[in-house]
Amino acid sequence: MSPPAEPHVETSPVVADEVRTTTCYMCACRCGIRVHLRNGEIRYIDGNPKHPVNRGVLCAKGSAGIMQQMSPAKLISPLKRVGPRGSGEFEEITWDEALATATEWLGRIRKSDPRKLGFFTGRDQSQALTGFWASQFGTPNYAAHGGFCSVNMAAAGLYTIGGSFWEFGEPDWDRTKYLLMFGVAEDHASNPIKSALGRLKTRGEAKFVSINPIRTGYSAIADEWLPIRPGTDGLLVLALVHELLRTRQIDLEYLVRYTNAAWLVHEAPGEAHDGLFVRDSEGCPQGWDTRSDTLADARSTESLAATGTYTLPDGGRARPVLDLVAHRYLDPAFAPEAVADRTGIAAATIRRIAGEIAAVAFEQQITLDIPWTDWKGERHAQMTGRPVSVHAMRGISAHSNGFQTCRAIHLLQILLGSIDCPGGFRYKPPYPRPAPPPLKPSGRDEEVGPGQVLPGPPLGFPSGPEDLLVDGVGNACRIDKAFSWEHPLAAHGMLHTVITNAWRGEPYPLDTLFLFMANMSWNSAMNTAETMRMLTDRDEASGEYRIPRIIYSDAYASEMVAYADLVLPDTTYLERWDCVSLTDRPISEADGPADAIRQPVLQPDRDVRPFQDVLIELGHRLGLPAFCQGDGAPAYPEGYKDYIVKREYAPGVGPLAGWRGTDGQSHGRGAPNENQLARYIENDCHWFAPLPDEMRFYKHANAAYLAHAHDMGWIGNAAPVVLQIYCEPLQRFRLAAQGHGAKQPPAQHRDRVNTYFDPLPYWYPPFEETHVDETAFPLHAVTQRPMAMYHSWGSQNAWLRQIHGWNPLFVPVRVAEELDLEDGDWVWVESHNGRIKSKIKITDGCNADTVWTWNAIGKRRGAWGLSDDAPEGARGFLLNHLIGDRLPSKAGDVPYANADPITGQAAWFDLRVRLTKADAPEASEPQFPPLQRPPRVNKDAGPLRYGAQFKQDLNHR
Amino acid sequence: MTSLPTSTDKKLGLVIDLDICVGCHACAVNCKEWNSGGHSAPMTDRDPYGAEPSGVWFNRIHTYEVTNDRDAGQSRTVHFPRSCLHCEEPACVTVCPTGASYKRAEDGIVLVNADTCIGCKLCSWACPYGAREFDEDDGVMKKCTLCIDKIYNENLDETDRVPACVATCPAGARHFGDLGDDSSDVSRMVAERGGYDLLPDMGYKPVNKYLPPRPRRAPQQETDTAATPGESGSDVASFLGWVDRMLSR
Repeated sequence: MSPPAEPHVETSPVVADEVRTTTCYMCACRCGIRVHLRNGEIRYIDGNPKHPVNRGVLCAKGSAGIMQQMSPAKLISPLKRVGPRGSGEFEEITWDEALATATEWLGRIRKSDPRKLGFFTGRDQSQALTGFWASQFGTPNYAAHGGFCSVNMAAAGLYTIGGSFWEFGEPDWDRTKYLLMFGVAEDHASNPIKSALGRLKTRGEAKFVSINPIRTGYSAIADEWLPIRPGTDGLLVLALVHELLRTRQIDLEYLVRYTNAAWLVHEAPGEAHDGLFVRDSEGCPQGWDTRSDTLADARSTESLAATGTYTLPDGGRARPVLDLVAHRYLDPAFAPEAVADRTGIAAATIRRIAGEIAAVAFEQQITLDIPWTDWKGERHAQMTGRPVSVHAMRGISAHSNGFQTCRAIHLLQILLGSIDCPGGFRYKPPYPRPAPPPLKPSGRDEEVGPGQVLPGPPLGFPSGPEDLLVDGVGNACRIDKAFSWEHPLAAHGMLHTVITNAWRGEPYPLDTLFLFMANMSWNSAMNTAETMRMLTDRDEASGEYRIPRIIYSDAYASEMVAYADLVLPDTTYLERWDCVSLTDRPISEADGPADAIRQPVLQPDRDVRPFQDVLIELGHRLGLPAFCQGDGAPAYPEGYKDYIVKREYAPGVGPLAGWRGTDGQSHGRGAPNENQLARYIENDCHWFAPLPDEMRFYKHANAAYLAHAHDMGWIGNAAPVVLQIYCEPLQRFRLAAQGHGAKQPPAQHRDRVNTYFDPLPYWYPPFEETHVDETAFPLHAVTQRPMAMYHSWGSQNAWLRQIHGWNPLFVPVRVAEELDLEDGDWVWVESHNGRIKSKIKITDGCNADTVWTWNAIGKRRGAWGLSDDAPEGARGFLLNHLIGDRLPSKAGDVPYANADPITGQAAWFDLRVRLTKADAPEASEPQFPPLQRPPRVNKDAGPLRYGAQFKQDLNHR
Repeated sequence: MTSLPTSTDKKLGLVIDLDICVGCHACAVNCKEWNSGGHSAPMTDRDPYGAEPSGVWFNRIHTYEVTNDRDAGQSRTVHFPRSCLHCEEPACVTVCPTGASYKRAEDGIVLVNADTCIGCKLCSWACPYGAREFDEDDGVMKKCTLCIDKIYNENLDETDRVPACVATCPAGARHFGDLGDDSSDVSRMVAERGGYDLLPDMGYKPVNKYLPPRPRRAPQQETDTAATPGESGSDVASFLGWVDRMLSR
């Protein structure tokens, strides 16, 4: 029998009337996308093949953009709270009323005490606007979410190498021969990493080692997976350092040329200059010139000693940094045998990995025939690379020892000579910057006053006690206690402490908390239930809320909306102008700087406004100087779109680097160009300027690159960036804690500062382990980010929630056997802070002492437009309830935040727990009353037939 | 029952590289996105924001922990994307009582004609790969079309005429081509990497192929690697002496 005649299939249907490019915002990766529009609706979103970040690919999140636009949780109009806070009872109001209310509240604060405004943003990418707005308002109480995300990584990198991972640097993916990846969240920078790993494995020349307690996506395809015990990465890395020193496998030439290895450090215990660099009268660091046997400029002298003890002209003594390094890390405490039990990695394995790294670095070096000139003027015929690369992120960062651990990772890279060389780690412009960048926080009491603008930005990089934001007796000036003695290098602020501190009135009460896109009553808070209580708690005497006013802006009905008094509804990412700026969180490649814009692809069908436009309008209504013209008219009448083009940080330098100058011919520096956005749109909404070959490596010391970076406005001068093995700013804090200098910590903080501000990287146990009984809480508990979800956003997405609709607790085989657990059983998970109930899945893909779950899948019932019986609420759960916002303390202890003592980074992954089998009923706990949905935020539960409307185009002929 | 073409001019299909698939679900979601407005539109999602959301997906990703003799006792996590394999002898077609399921003579793509599908589900029972998706709302069977309305679409740039799952795959783990042509890139890849059929014993001759995970790059022996001939050791003075000698060269 012959087959029946085949029906006609339309193989060339019209896909789109119009294709518009813009920038994705389904996560922070910021890929270029093409939005295919048909009859004004989204037919398809795919990756833009011309975009440097994703080169045409797009992940699950980005591919689900249509459903984010269709989300039932989209807010519809401005809202005023009418029920008790937290009930979710709102009434719709006009934008006129909303803006008038906000202006009245904020205006009153600005006229009396601007500190009483706390302005914090979540996963925002417009910090170049929001930070400036806070300065103009005059409040120091500003930050984005970096303090609870990855400030340890960013700060350790910036203080050590003048760059960092992800947005500031990346492995030389296409040349490296050995990749070490530590603790990476798989929803961030995800397309570049996935693409690069695919290329790396297909190239077949490199070994990929993943160090991670959990074997999910990236680790699953690693050549070798080391299931390390959480929080011990620093110990493993320093054992590798020990091995490299022991086997003499370090790049001495690189160390002397590009790092402070040969800089002399004063050895004067008990004195005010102990541990500081020996400097001349100009402040120039000194080394010991072995030719002349005298002190010499450490940066430009070739023949410096790297070992020994030297007598200075004043009779004092000093040693070069490398000498200190040898004494520190050759110590048996860092021998593989000494760290094996603690890290869970066998000593023989550590030795082997060290040997593999050394063999690649020193026996398989890469040379590129690209001549270049270093900052001293010396010409080099080739670029030499030690092709060992590292990528690390949040698994390192989210521990209370993360700053020093990340410093240890950079030390390893530096000793190998693999910073910004072929096959190693590479900076992404505008990085490197001086280590640390020369930007100081402002907001000391004397810099804040009624109606005053802050003299500088609220965030920066202290290089000593004099840069802290503390008052005369050493108390914090900021509500989050960033840049105080408790967390001196809190370069990204500490959003995770704001609600606790404001509720306690420490260091002072707030009047208004203004949040943007930060889900602080749920998955972005530690100690979540208590945080909800603080948000609704009233002062007994006055009956007023202890945090009197809360303004919140978000596009969606997140858990936080219910805790606001005034809700300013934002647009989706497809409905707005935006810029992805070199001055904020760049999207550059190692081969060249890049930035990008978002353009509105759709017009909102609701009464919502882009948050940035609203902020600029509030700036004008409040009379903030930079948002008003001389005659009082708005400085940026068209809102953010205007600001992106017109704002200049320095003459000729603004948010976007491309097509500047009145003729649009300048890049980097140039007068504002009124046609700039049109030029971006013509170029698919991005700008990418590949560097000439001679600038592509050794950027920290490359004369051509440094001159270019200065021309572009990225660095203040073309001086080399010297890699800081020894971090002198840390020692300055330590000296203060030892009783030296004009600004010293109050007595209760001295031991802590003295202990943790070690100028050489070291390891200490995560705080929670030393504060609770490890035998009572024998397990570690951490989260991983699923690749198909971004924080809490994905659950409102009809497609993504079918992939991750609830989260099991993954339990290692060893623990399951010990507790007689089977797949699908329910367990109680207890920490010092509380207990939760969750359903388990057994795995052999994790460290034997670690349980884990997917991040932010659990939802409060009623939030995100989901039905009250949605699995996200019924079976999903958060570990957050178990995590204290403060360290467990005994009477008399200083109640420190659960954070890194140096940067204030939230220590999410320090958590210790115990498991016990739980009985029915089968529902996760704790449960809270369902939130009432805001007016008109609802969706009938009928089937979703998106796309049916395009079917008419498929003509059946 | 429905007959098959005696042969097809091409054997279009996918090659999926399990060595680099990280299980990110990009292919599954981008497939759903394209096809929601495509040949089989819509891909209905029932109870989309409720207790049991359940939609039509042409491509689903499974994650397994497997232990393999080659890996010295340590298990692997393998991510496994599953979709229609466009078999050369598809039981889903031959079992179809109305001729709605059919295999195209031109390129071998297995499709369902929604106009004649009666929703009897015999095909989904017949398919051992679980690749068929019943749309309860439309009452018809749906399945991977290999993006037939994309791969030939003259309204798209030529470079975009590949299945959505292939175009979007961040890791580069998915490839599309003519597996009937031994000289095609995909056929060569299969030959080089030992690409294999799923359930070959069943005799349906899947066109799609899977590339197995590469052997892990074997660690060197666990030995005390003092890599430089000559000296090593934890004695600080000896280390510092080595530094001095090296720097004075």
